[in-house]
Amino acid sequence: MKPNYAPASMYRADEGLGLWEHRGQVAAVGIGHSPTARRWDGRPETSVGAISLLALRRAIEDAGVEPAEIDGLVLDPSTTTGAHWPKGRPIPEAMLANFAATDDPLDGVARLSADWILKNMPELDGVRFAMYAPTCMTNAICVAAQAVGDGLAHTCLVLKAWHNFAGRYGQGGANAGDALPGNVAIRALWGTPACYGTALQFAEYCRKYGKRHEMMAPFIENSRRNGLLFPEGYWAQHRPEAITAADYNAARWIAKPANLFDNDLPIMAAAAYLFTTAERARHLRQKPVYILGHTSSRTRARSLTPTLDEVEADTARTARKLYESAGIGAADLSFENTYDGFTQFHHFHLEGLGYRGLKFGEGLDLYQTDISISGPNPVQPSGGNIGSGRTRFWMHTDCIQQLQGRAGRRQVTGVKPEVAVSGGPMPLGGDFMVWSATPD
Amino acid sequence: MKQGVAPDDLTRPFWEAANAGRLVIQHCTACDRLQHPPSRRCGECRSDAALGWRQMSGRGTIQNYAVVHDSPVRLLQSEQPFNVAVITLAEDAGIQLYSHLPGTPVDEVPLGSAVEVIFEATANGQRVPEWRVVGTKP
Repeated sequence: MKPNYAPASMYRADEGLGLWEHRGQVAAVGIGHSPTARRWDGRPETSVGAISLLALRRAIEDAGVEPAEIDGLVLDPSTTTGAHWPKGRPIPEAMLANFAATDDPLDGVARLSADWILKNMPELDGVRFAMYAPTCMTNAICVAAQAVGDGLAHTCLVLKAWHNFAGRYGQGGANAGDALPGNVAIRALWGTPACYGTALQFAEYCRKYGKRHEMMAPFIENSRRNGLLFPEGYWAQHRPEAITAADYNAARWIAKPANLFDNDLPIMAAAAYLFTTAERARHLRQKPVYILGHTSSRTRARSLTPTLDEVEADTARTARKLYESAGIGAADLSFENTYDGFTQFHHFHLEGLGYRGLKFGEGLDLYQTDISISGPNPVQPSGGNIGSGRTRFWMHTDCIQQLQGRAGRRQVTGVKPEVAVSGGPMPLGGDFMVWSATPD
Repeated sequence: MKQGVAPDDLTRPFWEAANAGRLVIQHCTACDRLQHPPSRRCGECRSDAALGWRQMSGRGTIQNYAVVHDSPVRLLQSEQPFNVAVITLAEDAGIQLYSHLPGTPVDEVPLGSAVEVIFEATANGQRVPEWRVVGTKP
């Protein structure tokens, strides 16, 4: 099977599209997560392919459907966290012995095709629709929701997986070389780390609104605290370490004003969801969680890096589109799970959404209130990437689990979980969705 | 030292001008708009036929900055920490270029100050626009 990449028309990026035509008619009914790891240890059973199969099978089992009932698969074929398989290094023979291969020797190791999945999950013999939706789970969710709503698939798996190999993040490849192509050099000659653009926006934000870096500390503490209550997450599984305000304020700078804890940790992990129609969902094992709407930002900065003005204009635009698609307003949100990698733009998302009535410049003030899972203003109950490692999918899993009432020790108690938003990654360039415990 | 540069077709005029001590920025004659970084099409009118290059005065303003303590670029790691500022051009404040602000102490960047372009050699001899402070914030 050679899937197409999702066309732009499957993302709702324009203003004025109105209510999503499939509002409340598509539901998440199953969740599957693989174990996490910091890096691949070379064993076939921990490869990105293997953990994807595990996540998919767990999602199917969780939903209580027969594999043969599944007719759709949406995934991102790119799995890199920034790590690439060294040129010329042979693929471990055990990998080839344990899995059916495709024409691409890196399939299942450093990439993931639908073909590889289907060859290694023969039980999925009913899949008739497959589509690629790079580069985050947010993309795959939009495309799968649209596919089910449009009738392209009825029972659809949604997959995102990440691999990570040896070596420090971003230090190989072109960054280790002596020269850059001209078009890359225009941005990259100055040696900025990935968080630089967000650090700039945060610096501008602090000057504009009279805020300080230390005001981020309650958000960081809360994120890791929630992450340690997420048994599927990296920090809960491998390094159950809290972050205190003192830890945060003492952390080394990466690109001042962004420090170590404003950045996340690349890991290996896979997550899968099962989507189906609202009608079918009512007869399955888990309580359905309905998608009320989705929207996408495809805005580009005028020049090298988005200014704060550009960020604020676009987060407000995203919120207008998202609320219009879902037929809700900010006051309907029980909690939020927008993206946090990097931490310093999380409050940009919140301000754009007007979460808890926020206006621009007030996000860090909200962090000084009770933003815990037991308070009235829950912020990122998933813990996000800071709480569980860089996957960009904890936020979606948490929304589904919270609305199903099975978030375990992370279950929000200060609000009734009815409607939630997840999405990201960037303020300019992301995909966002509204989840609901009921279809209306 | 900065990594060298291997100019490509799209950006060659920018790099050739830098070697000649001039700052040029891509310009769309159809909508009279500057754009940077260069692109195959105008970001406004999408024209690919009306794109050319326009020489700039070499004057700008420091709009923002951060201090890099952990660079992924090997050749720059021995120079950490260092400033990386955002310079906006006198001709169009929407156009940004990056700068290490040579001569400006780390984390003592005078935001809003005037700067002028200079040209600095990279690892392979290709020169690159850089900026130095020439005045205080008005």
